[in-house]
Amino acid sequence: MRVLIIEDDAEVAAFLSKGLREQGHTVDHADNRRDGLFLAAGEAYDALIVDRMLPAGGPRATRCEPTDGLAIVRTLRANGEDVPVVVLSALGEVDDRVAGLRAGGDDYLTKPFAMSELIARLDAVVRRRAGRGHEETVLRVADLELDRLKRTVTRGGARIELKPREFQLLEFLMQHGGQVVTRTMLLEGVWDYHFDPQTNVIDVHISRLRRKIDRPGAPALIHTLRGAGYALRASEPGAR
Amino acid sequence: MNGPLRLLHTSTFRLALVYMALFAASALVLVAFLYWATTGSILRQSDATIEAEVQGLAEQYRRRGTAGVASVVAERLRRDPSSPELYLLADFGLRPLAGNLSGWPAAQPGDGGWVEFTLEDRTQGAEAHRARGRVFALATGAHLLVGRDMYEIDRLSQRFLHAVGWGMGVTFLLALAGGAAMSRSTVRRIEAINRTSRRIMRGDLKQRIATDGTDDEFDQLADNLNRMLDRIAALMEGVRRVSDHIAHDLRTPLTRLRGKLERLRQSVRGDTALALADESLAETDRLLRLFAALLRIARSESGSRPRDETVELAALARDAVELYEASAEAKELALSFELAPGLTVRGDRDLLFQALANLLDNAVKYTPAQGTVRLRVAREADTATLVVEDSGPGIPAAARDGVVERFSRLDRDRGLPGEGLGLVLVDAVARQHGGALRLEDAGPGLRAVLALPIT
Repeated sequence: MRVLIIEDDAEVAAFLSKGLREQGHTVDHADNRRDGLFLAAGEAYDALIVDRMLPAGGPRATRCEPTDGLAIVRTLRANGEDVPVVVLSALGEVDDRVAGLRAGGDDYLTKPFAMSELIARLDAVVRRRAGRGHEETVLRVADLELDRLKRTVTRGGARIELKPREFQLLEFLMQHGGQVVTRTMLLEGVWDYHFDPQTNVIDVHISRLRRKIDRPGAPALIHTLRGAGYALRASEPGAR
Repeated sequence: MNGPLRLLHTSTFRLALVYMALFAASALVLVAFLYWATTGSILRQSDATIEAEVQGLAEQYRRRGTAGVASVVAERLRRDPSSPELYLLADFGLRPLAGNLSGWPAAQPGDGGWVEFTLEDRTQGAEAHRARGRVFALATGAHLLVGRDMYEIDRLSQRFLHAVGWGMGVTFLLALAGGAAMSRSTVRRIEAINRTSRRIMRGDLKQRIATDGTDDEFDQLADNLNRMLDRIAALMEGVRRVSDHIAHDLRTPLTRLRGKLERLRQSVRGDTALALADESLAETDRLLRLFAALLRIARSESGSRPRDETVELAALARDAVELYEASAEAKELALSFELAPGLTVRGDRDLLFQALANLLDNAVKYTPAQGTVRLRVAREADTATLVVEDSGPGIPAAARDGVVERFSRLDRDRGLPGEGLGLVLVDAVARQHGGALRLEDAGPGLRAVLALPIT
């Protein structure tokens, strides 16, 4: 995947580039709005990571006055570009988040973030743009099957009874099959609330779901990735 | 309070009442003076006429005796038969000799020989004529009475009092109505200012008080308040900008730190080093969350207006219960709820959910195993309440005000996770939405009531 990072902080940009390259992506970097827009409009990228506060760039920008990085997103969208965009910001408020999404961002991530969170979200928006994992009526991972129309779940042919929210949770995990899903992504995607739980409420839900899905004897499908989140996959590659 | 009752409590109306009382007192003095100057003067004049007549008749008597008096009286009555003047000459047995009175009045004369009596034979309609006269004993033992039919004078004074009474009554009614109207218009303008202030207190700093262009003292007050609000808004905007920049400036190095720790964790080998890296990451995350929570509280407290959408409280509460059900179950707590449907408030769904989640989180955290946690959505007059009740240790009354201060934690809870910001945020969100957080004793346990104005 080819990714453009538009971020004025060199350290953060380096951290992002390194993290993304380790995932096998090609990374370009612009550190102001002017260059960012120039690159984004001129080259074909699979995804953009845009910081909200950016120096304007160009000859007139002698002072490094932060301007809104959303302007780039707005300009791109106005020109019909539908490249997936993840907006980064130190502004964590809901208003800002709404503004970010309204400007055409696909997801909004508040600084500081874990690399794993960014990668998980980037994967999710790229997948969502590609429309994968959304129109299939039956989702499958190993011997686990989830029928979205009949709203049934089976593992190895045996029916598993789930409460509606557990079904949604599993559906979300399976849609992102193989990918890392973070706790905040689950809260937003399954519960549809953007907030900061003080304790490990999500973990308790996951362990309840896990008790139903991963019976003793069968290989585990729901994996906990320390410091990152969860992933639903047949085995845990490169488990650390 | 509303309607006329409310009017009674306004200072303008009270002022109008005081003014009216003063006016009434001065009007009474004026009326008394007028009465004294008009009716009183006629009465005095009438007495003086009688006095003069008595003097004249006494003179006649000295010169010509009883017969002289009788002839003068007869002459007077002949000239003006309908005169209000009354004369009666009687012998020593009080038998009438001459005059226009049919009999000597039964009333006993008082001081200076003045007597008041009624004239039965001159009765008009239902009222008898009042008469006033002076009696005079003549040397021969005869008696002389000179008086006056008071009917006309009485009628005059009665009319005067009537007119004054009605006049005063109408004046008072007008004054009362005027006072009420005046206070109502004042109240209306002040109420407009109050309404706007309340909206501003709820966080809508964009509101301004309307002026009506008359440049009177109310307009000037509104103008000054508006200018003050502009100033405050500018300062708040400044604070907001500063906090945004601080957030940006502080979070960026923190992001770098976290990134480096993540890389460190990937490159180190050995259990001790890994565990240390994990702990460092966890500590950094804790720091970041603390910082995020502080920033969020600061934002809420700065009065920034929450996102304005209709939030159905029962649905919100059901979602929250569902989210915490698993945690409560894991701790063997009975989580029950009672949700009145159809209650909506205006505000930010995510912030309200955060507030409710914080309350539930606290309840689950502080209630010992096998306890109960109850969530209730109910209506109290114009407010909707989200009530979270637990069977935990509660908060001592003396400490309740303190727990909504940043980082305040009860000593007994030092060992539990959390930073002591949960209730601070709930309080800030409540106030941002024009509501309030109340902490009460649930006996045993804590009852946290989040009261929000209904839309």
